[in-house]
Amino acid sequence: MIKVEWLYWLVGLVFVVMAVQMTADRSNPRRWTSAAFWGLLGLTFPYGTGVANATAKNGGWTLPAEPLGVAVLALIVLAGFNFLGKGEPVTSTAGEREASATRLGGRIFVPALTIPLVAIVCASALDTSGLFEKGKATLIGLGVGCLVALTVGMLVTGERRLSVPLHSGRSMLEAMGSALLLPQLLAVLGSIFALAGVGTQVGRIAHDVLPDHSTYLAVVAYCVGMFLFTLIMGNAFAAFPVMTAAIGWPVLIEQMHGDVPAVLAIGMLAGFSGTLCTPMAANYNIVPATLLELKDQYGPIKTQIPTALALLVCATVIMALFAF
Amino acid sequence: MIVLLGVVVVILGFVTRRNPVLVVGVAGVFTGLLGGMNPLEVLAAFGRSFADSRSVTVFAVVLPVIGLLERYGLREQARRLIGRLGALSAGRFLTAYLLVRQITAALGLTSICGPAQTVRPLVAPMAEAAAERSRGAALPDRLREKVRSYAASADTVGLFFGEDCFLAIGSILLITGFVNSTYHQDLEPARLALWAVPLAVCAFLVHGARLLLLDRQLQREMALSHAEHDLPLPKGTAK
Repeated sequence: MIKVEWLYWLVGLVFVVMAVQMTADRSNPRRWTSAAFWGLLGLTFPYGTGVANATAKNGGWTLPAEPLGVAVLALIVLAGFNFLGKGEPVTSTAGEREASATRLGGRIFVPALTIPLVAIVCASALDTSGLFEKGKATLIGLGVGCLVALTVGMLVTGERRLSVPLHSGRSMLEAMGSALLLPQLLAVLGSIFALAGVGTQVGRIAHDVLPDHSTYLAVVAYCVGMFLFTLIMGNAFAAFPVMTAAIGWPVLIEQMHGDVPAVLAIGMLAGFSGTLCTPMAANYNIVPATLLELKDQYGPIKTQIPTALALLVCATVIMALFAF
Repeated sequence: MIVLLGVVVVILGFVTRRNPVLVVGVAGVFTGLLGGMNPLEVLAAFGRSFADSRSVTVFAVVLPVIGLLERYGLREQARRLIGRLGALSAGRFLTAYLLVRQITAALGLTSICGPAQTVRPLVAPMAEAAAERSRGAALPDRLREKVRSYAASADTVGLFFGEDCFLAIGSILLITGFVNSTYHQDLEPARLALWAVPLAVCAFLVHGARLLLLDRQLQREMALSHAEHDLPLPKGTAK
């Protein structure tokens, strides 16, 4: 049986290999601290197996969680005080890319399409085959899809050296920098909020305001809450754990028995409508305005507000109609 | 109530534009301590939830594949694909781009388009050219800004409401990671991605309709500004 932990070890291995490549990259002004960051992140993946085993009590080797907590704080310090740098990207020239795009044509899309295709096949057709750990078929399918796509990609492009995709992937990693880690850290923050009882508090306030047993009002509160919280924080990822712990889980799912994936997926998208309206989400709303040399830096936001409000209404209606 | 100060820390951090990683770290430690945990328990909570949310970062295994393909001209080929749409009117062109952006994002190809990759070099100039071609005159500055804003919005809306149909995107993995570790569920990413489809369709209908209406707006406003320019001046006034 293929276990999801194997995928995590693969991800960790990719980070560690890229960290080793970074130590040799003299064009990166902060190569040692960058390598320390990505290497440490890579090591948290196999170490996490032991911590997860201890949490879930599902047997296997166990490790204490506190050292991993220290490692996470070290990652936060390295990324938070700008110790991450990037080297000269290892890539082809514009002319080479044009030439190979002409040579390959539409075939260049085939490997990229392989990833979701394999993942979907694994999640649907092979889920019940017993080949994959229960409940993890999609995630494992993604890993399998990447390995298949890498093989297909090397065949299609005629590339023989495995170091080429690793170097190109590392350049993308360096370009993303700490943004790559932010979703995972926000998930951590969400769990700590939940442990410390933040969601329960927001939920108590919501409970005092909302009348009892009104599904529709609770749906409106969850969707509009996601929208407003995202508007303030500029990031639906930060709003999601708080609003879900406050209203989404205790009220919509436990009390009203809503369909779990429907409530959560649509709730997140209600937050995305908030992202469309806020200058706090600078990388999506302000950066395009400067790139396009607009005089009004809020131009894209003004254009997006009517769509965002309409989609917030759509999300609320779809959740109210189909999730219960 | 005092733990709500943790939310205030996050809001203050984001409002004052601190490094987001640092904001999250400080807010986490602060909230944990306010919630009555001792420092060792806070460390353990960080470690445990970090291990439980590893799935969120799994999308990094896609990077070598996309990196390889970009090196062999994936973006250039995507540009050619968009280039073939260039004969449409501004609104229809942007609607077609919205659809392309949504479909590629839904397949996980979020980085082949974007404000720097396609909107600035390609989409905005082509939309402007389309508007000028159909009116046979240069766009006034105000309308040029409008067309550019709409070009940026087509890209962002397409990305946001396309990517969630792909199961390896951060937001889908965040939902499963958070729910599976906090509430001990066995939620599959594929089931969440499926529920993102109805809203993706709504996004295309709503924003697509608004992009198509842009053609009419441009037509009306350009006719107006032309009328102002071409009107014969009253006798006796110097030109």
